[in-house]
Amino acid sequence: MSLLNEYPSIHALGTALREKKFSARELAQDALNNVTAHAHLNAFIDINAELTLQQADAADALLANQQGGPLTGIPIAHKDVLVTKGWRSTAGSKMLENYRSPFDATVVERLNAAGTVSLGKLNCDEFAMGSDNQSSFFGAVHNPWNTQYSPGGSSGGSAAAVAANLVLCATGTDTGGSIRQPAALCGVSGIKPTYGTVSRFGMIAYGSSLDQAGPIARNAKDLLEVLSVMSGFDPHDPTSLEHCLNTKNTGDRIRNDFNSWETRFTENTNQPLASLRIGIPKEYFENELDSTLANQIESAIAHFEKLGATRVDVSLPLTREAVSAYYVITPAEASSNLSRFDGVRFGHRAANYSNLEEMISRSRAEGFGDEVIRRILVGTYVLSEGYYDAYYLQAQRVRRMIVNDFQQAFAACDFIMGPVTPSLALPLGERSSDPTTDWLSDIYTLGVSLAGLPAMSVPCGFTHDAQPLPIGLQLIGNYFSEGQLLALADRYQQDTDWHQRKPEAK
Amino acid sequence: MEWEIVIGLEIHAQLSTASKIFSSSSTRFGAAANTQASATDMALPGTLPVFNEGAVDKAISFGLAIGGQVASRSIFARKNYFYPDLPKNYQISQFEDPIVTGGKISFFVGEEEITINLTRAHLEEDAGKSLHENFTGPHGESSTGIDLNRAGTPLLEIVSEPEMRSAAEAVGYARAVHSLVVWLGMCDGNMQEGSFRADANVSVRPKGQEKLGTRCELKNINSFRFLERAINYEARRQIELIEDGGQVVQETRLYDADLDETRSMRTKGDADDYRYFPDPDLPPLLVSEERIEAVRATMPELPATKRERYQNEFGLSAYDAAQLTMSRDTATYFEQTNAALNNAQAKLAANWVLGELAASLNREELDITQAKVNPTQLAKLIARIADNTISNKIARDVFQAMWEGQENGDADAIIESKGLKQISDVGAISAMVDEVIAANPAIVEEYRSGRDKAFNSLVGQVMKAARGKANPKQVTDLLKEKLG
Repeated sequence: MSLLNEYPSIHALGTALREKKFSARELAQDALNNVTAHAHLNAFIDINAELTLQQADAADALLANQQGGPLTGIPIAHKDVLVTKGWRSTAGSKMLENYRSPFDATVVERLNAAGTVSLGKLNCDEFAMGSDNQSSFFGAVHNPWNTQYSPGGSSGGSAAAVAANLVLCATGTDTGGSIRQPAALCGVSGIKPTYGTVSRFGMIAYGSSLDQAGPIARNAKDLLEVLSVMSGFDPHDPTSLEHCLNTKNTGDRIRNDFNSWETRFTENTNQPLASLRIGIPKEYFENELDSTLANQIESAIAHFEKLGATRVDVSLPLTREAVSAYYVITPAEASSNLSRFDGVRFGHRAANYSNLEEMISRSRAEGFGDEVIRRILVGTYVLSEGYYDAYYLQAQRVRRMIVNDFQQAFAACDFIMGPVTPSLALPLGERSSDPTTDWLSDIYTLGVSLAGLPAMSVPCGFTHDAQPLPIGLQLIGNYFSEGQLLALADRYQQDTDWHQRKPEAK
Repeated sequence: MEWEIVIGLEIHAQLSTASKIFSSSSTRFGAAANTQASATDMALPGTLPVFNEGAVDKAISFGLAIGGQVASRSIFARKNYFYPDLPKNYQISQFEDPIVTGGKISFFVGEEEITINLTRAHLEEDAGKSLHENFTGPHGESSTGIDLNRAGTPLLEIVSEPEMRSAAEAVGYARAVHSLVVWLGMCDGNMQEGSFRADANVSVRPKGQEKLGTRCELKNINSFRFLERAINYEARRQIELIEDGGQVVQETRLYDADLDETRSMRTKGDADDYRYFPDPDLPPLLVSEERIEAVRATMPELPATKRERYQNEFGLSAYDAAQLTMSRDTATYFEQTNAALNNAQAKLAANWVLGELAASLNREELDITQAKVNPTQLAKLIARIADNTISNKIARDVFQAMWEGQENGDADAIIESKGLKQISDVGAISAMVDEVIAANPAIVEEYRSGRDKAFNSLVGQVMKAARGKANPKQVTDLLKEKLG
């Protein structure tokens, strides 16, 4: 039984550390043991106990001098598309099986500076391409709720590690739903912030114009603690924003927004959400949505209404087209982003080749898995002369229309709510014969990503099976509403215990 | 059949910024391989380009200098192709929306002034270098090395319209662009180090035909001389090919200076598709009107403006004005010389800068900034010609003495010490004239019988007697007077 199981939140665990109930080193050692005990989940790609304990010792030194902050000594783990000094940085790919980065991603650097103790690198779909963690070269991750099932993806290792209490928080990245979807399928909370608020420096690029890192944790308040450290302007990332509207892009921005909304909710205890309008997009509740899911989502929304919120119908007419646009734009960007993996300077190089062209093509054919190759081919095709206008430019036009649709919806409501996924977690090994069918499973998350909006996933129920599977609710806000979203989720979590449930220990 | 050669040039000018266009690595030339390649230059996973704003002002000044349009919003795009010295396997360049469009450049070929229109100029990053020769791998095997020091160096690619009609015109244009970018201080112009490179698009067509022929792109040209040779070789090759019933294939050809020939770079017929698309890592490059005006305010007087001023203010010929403004240093030298003479001897000053000074510099392969005679010294010499102290011919000897550093390069001191002062004393010249007439009765007779040439011979005799120092006009006048 791990220490982590006794503390429901980062705040509680941090208090115990500051009160010296145990040292950061003891906690880290305990957490590492727990990771080993859960090796069957395959949530981790790289562990380095020595480095972890070094970080723990540094945290203890701070704690000894009462210099620790809220995250000092808190165990964390990073999705393996964020590069790290010390731990390998593989992106879940054979291509980078033994790659070590000479620098830390900005996000990692900031969390290190805040005193977190990293347990290692978390498994994910290869180059974050996938929704079930089965494209990882290091094997599938198992869903802690039912190890026969997928945890979702691409941040499957992150969501599974939090769900199994291997860490209280983990970093993830979201290009088309890769934080929200695995969080939903693993019964944990996750937030994808507004594009541009979290640095992409050190994040192995997939779809550069959508990629955004964010935390996965047990509850909204823990997300706030981690996200307010992760976010903020970074001069190393040209798409990083200096300002969010009129406010400087810092972690305090999110915390201040959270605090002011938290206060607002206490002013009217009976109807804390009075005057809030929640938009329900009708396209998110059509045929493909599983009925068990639909029922749980409905009752979650009903709870928000009970708290005083008004339900309004909105429309996001291009929900289906978002899938097509996404699977043109991200492969296009990926085909170019992944060109650098050629076996010349780093990464996998084929053993046998007779000339340069062969060296590059064999290294890539051997180093990349099927899904990655599929998306590189699609991306190369849509950027090719003669197809560019019909595919890439057309997809960009659709993207602009999706942005407009969301703004139209937000004219009528303050937040949008709906499902994260159309279906529950799938049994491992179950994949459609047509890979593009799998792409449809992202239908409710892709539009948000294309629009660059912030959105989160919070647990809102379970199936009624003998081994129940979790269900997630998606909360979508307008640009820069991370603090408000987290406050709303926190208010919901004050009344519900879905987020506190844990899979039975094996 | 008479053929017309059609040439367009793509010139890559390396912008002289201290750091690279998308990373903070140094751009210094000649460092040990890969010591100036950062994680970004090596395209390590997770790295992102951060634009160096210093490159923008240089591009703006070029756009203003050629009278082109500086775009208020230009876009960086990715040009995708695999090559080991291109670390990302895409080059960040500008495609549909470059920073500069249009503009033109004028220059002289011989006495003829030619104006060439520019299509565009865009910002991009350079690639690294592949080291093929004498390179061995870790196990001693023959191998190719990659040096990424140059990768990410900022370039301005300057694209002309296909308006040049001879290798000489192409060289004239390239020299004019070279002189302009050096003039503006945006490029060091060093062709040996690759700071200034020209690729030539060459095609041929029967004279009078409007449709352009199929073009070939010539690469690897690192001097003006080779540019001329490469174009001439290529034009000849295409003409011979067509006349023999063949067809020109559109391709990239490498110029081999040793063999003086061009040859195909690619063996396969793969058409290039660079799959350009806007780089999602880089926001649009925005340039405000204020910024353009700020750059304009700090720009030096342009060669074209100077050319006109030299003609209007100093009465120089268009040709001389163009020659003097081929480089900013030459123009500065001329202006300083001219100013020291209160702008009163502009024609003489121009002749001396373009004549004796240029010849001496050429002979010793020196740059005008290394001239051994400075503008103040030259002005003193010119003043002595103007006031008839010495003749032009004697002045050349004085100049050489100055060049050699005699008398600290002081013209007056040299004239004095060598006794070169022109003899203007009527009595002395008159005596010499009398002597020559007396000693050469035969020639005098010839002259009197109507042979003008004989007169020149007598002038020569007097000058010889005066050891060149007699005032030639006085000699002529006195001889005429005395011979009646």
